[in-house]
Amino acid sequence: MRDTIEQQRTPHADSVLAEEPLVPHETPWQEFVRIFLQNRLAVASCVVLVLLLIAALAGKVLTEWVVVFDPETVRLPDKFRPPLSRPNDHLVPAHDRPVLGMYLFGTDELGRDVFARMLQGSFVSLSIGFIAVGISMVIGIVLGGLSGFYGNVKLGFITVDTLIMRFTDVMLCFPTFFLILTVVALLPPSIYNIMVVIGLTSWMGTARFVRAEFLALREQDFVVAAQALGLPERRIIFRHMVPNAIAPVLVSATIGVATAILTESALSFLGFGVQPPYATWGNILAGGKGFIFDAPWLFFIPGMAIFIVVLAFNLVGEGLREALNPRLRNR
Amino acid sequence: MNHPVDVQREPLLRVKHLKKYFPVRSGLFSRISGWVKAVDDVSLEVQSGETFGLVGESGCGKTTVGRTILRLMEPTAGEVVFEGRHLFQLDSRELRRLRQRMQIIFQDPYSSLNPRMTVGAIIGEPLKIHRLAHGSELDAQVEALLKRVGLRPEFRSRYPHEFSGGQRQRIGIARALALRPRFIVCDEAVSALDVSIQAQILNLLKELQEEYHLAYLFITHDLNVVEYLAHRIAVMYLGQLAEVAPADALFRHPKHPYTQALFSANPVPDPTRRGKRIVLEGDVPSPLHPPSGCRFHTRCPHVMPVCKTEEPPLIQIGDSNGTIQVWCHLYT
Repeated sequence: MRDTIEQQRTPHADSVLAEEPLVPHETPWQEFVRIFLQNRLAVASCVVLVLLLIAALAGKVLTEWVVVFDPETVRLPDKFRPPLSRPNDHLVPAHDRPVLGMYLFGTDELGRDVFARMLQGSFVSLSIGFIAVGISMVIGIVLGGLSGFYGNVKLGFITVDTLIMRFTDVMLCFPTFFLILTVVALLPPSIYNIMVVIGLTSWMGTARFVRAEFLALREQDFVVAAQALGLPERRIIFRHMVPNAIAPVLVSATIGVATAILTESALSFLGFGVQPPYATWGNILAGGKGFIFDAPWLFFIPGMAIFIVVLAFNLVGEGLREALNPRLRNR
Repeated sequence: MNHPVDVQREPLLRVKHLKKYFPVRSGLFSRISGWVKAVDDVSLEVQSGETFGLVGESGCGKTTVGRTILRLMEPTAGEVVFEGRHLFQLDSRELRRLRQRMQIIFQDPYSSLNPRMTVGAIIGEPLKIHRLAHGSELDAQVEALLKRVGLRPEFRSRYPHEFSGGQRQRIGIARALALRPRFIVCDEAVSALDVSIQAQILNLLKELQEEYHLAYLFITHDLNVVEYLAHRIAVMYLGQLAEVAPADALFRHPKHPYTQALFSANPVPDPTRRGKRIVLEGDVPSPLHPPSGCRFHTRCPHVMPVCKTEEPPLIQIGDSNGTIQVWCHLYT
C-alpha cells in the first residue's frame, strides 16, 4: 500500500486537476426545467393553468371593474339559451345583449350569461385555492419544522415533537369536510371565511412531510458540517435545511390547491359556500343540477372546468415531483 | 518516515473518561429500557501536528468518539480539553467561536455537501459567518482554498452534483480548512473512495498537515491507511480502548490479543508474506449488554478466569519511540 501511494504522490496538488471529466455544467434550476419539460402532460397542464390564471385575472377585471361581461344581468326572455346561441334581438334591450353578439356558454334559468359567470367564478376558485393552501403551508411548515428540529426539547413532561404531532393526529381525526360545514354554518358565509377555514383544516399533511424531511436532513452530513463550522441555528435551518425540504412541500402544495378548489366547489354546491348572486363554479353547478335534462350545459360547463383544473394541478404536481426529487436524479 | 512529534508539551486535545450512552426506548410510554454504551470510558491525547489513528470494526464507537469530541453530540460523561479549554463547559457562543479551531471531514462525499449551494458558497460560508472575509477578499480566499486542494478556481460557481467523489472530498477538505483549524477529525475520510483516489486524498491531507501544522484524529477501519498516515494509533473494541501505541510499535508488535487478531486479518499486498491468521470465534457482543470484566473475553484466544470478572487495568509499557498503553490482564 505504502509503495503504491508513494508512486502516486504528486509534487503539486495542481497536477491532479483532471482527475475525472466533469459532467456538463448545469445548475439545479436548469436541470429541473429540463426534466420538467420532458413530461408532456405536465407541460400541457402548466399551459392550462397559465390560461386559467389569465382567465381568472381577466375575469376579475372584466366582470367587476370594467364590466365587459356582465354576470348579473337578468334577461328573462333569453333563459336557457344553449351555448353559442344569439340573443333574442327584439326582446332583449340593446345594452343587455352580450358583448360578443352571442352567449358563448349559453344562459341559465334567469337568462344570465354563463360565460361571464364562469369568468367571475374562476377568480374565486383560484384565489380560494391559493390562499387556503398558502395558509396551510405556513402552518404546516412552521409546526413540522419545529417538531422536526426542536423535537427533543422538553416542555414539562412531554417533548415538543409529541405535543405537535399528537395535535396533528387529533386534527387528522376530524372528518374535515363536516368540520368545515359546521364552522361555515356558524360563521357568516363570506369568501374569506371559507379560505381561512379550508387553510386551517388542511395543514396536517404538510406538517408531517416537513417533520419527516427535517428529521432526515438533521442526520445528513452537510447539516452536521454546518454545525461543526459554528453556523448559527437560524442559518442552518433556513439556508441548509429549508431549501432541501421544500421540494416535496411544493408538490403537495400544488395538489393541495386542487383539493381546496374541490372543497370550495363542494361547499358552494351544498349552499354553504360563497353566496349568490356572486358566482363560483360550485354554485353555478348547484344551480344547474335542477335542469340536467333541459339545459345540460349548466352543469356540464362548470363540472368540466373543475375537472380540468383539478386534473391539471395534479399533473403539474406529479411533474414537479419528478423534476424535484433528488433521489430520482443521476448524481 | 513520519516526522517526529514533540510529546513533551501540553497536548492539543485531551479526552478524559469520555462516555456516550444512547437510551433504548421500548413499550407504550417509550420508557428507557436500557443503554447502548457506544463509548464507555475513553481517554486519549492528541498532540499538535500529530495524526492520531483510531481504528476498530464497524459499530465499535469510533465515529461517536469523533463527534462527541467536537460536541456534535452531547456526551454522557467525561471531559474534553482543547487548547486548555474545557469544551463541555462552554456556552453556545464560546463554542461557536472555538469551532473555528476544530473541524471535521466526512466519509460520504455525497451527503456532506449541501446540494443547493455552489461550491464557492459552501467554502465561503464559514468565512463570511465568522466575519473573516467579505467581498473580493472572500472570493480570493475561496479561490486560493480551491487551488490548495487541487481544484480549479473556476469551479466555485458549480454545484456539488457536478463533481466526482474524489473532487467532492477535496471540496469538503477545503471547507474544513477555510477557518484555519488546528485539529481536524477525519471520519472515515477516504473509505468511500477508490483506492487510487484514496491515495491522492491521503497525500493531500499529509501535505496540508505539514503546511498548516494540523492535528488529525483519523478514524478508519482501514489499517493500511493508518499505517501510512498515523503517528500513534488507538484500537477500539466495543466502546473501549484496547491499545494505544506508536504506529511502528503497534504494527511490529501488537500487544493486545484483539489488536493481534485485527492485524492478522489485514490483507497485505505481498504474496511472499504469509502471516499466521488468528481467527476469532463468534460475533461482536451487543453493546447493549457488554460482557463483564474484559469486553473481549468472549472471543479472546488467551482468556483467563480473571478476564471474566475484572476489568483489565491500564498497563504502560515503555518503547524506544513512545509509551504503549494496553488494557489487558495478560501483562499484569
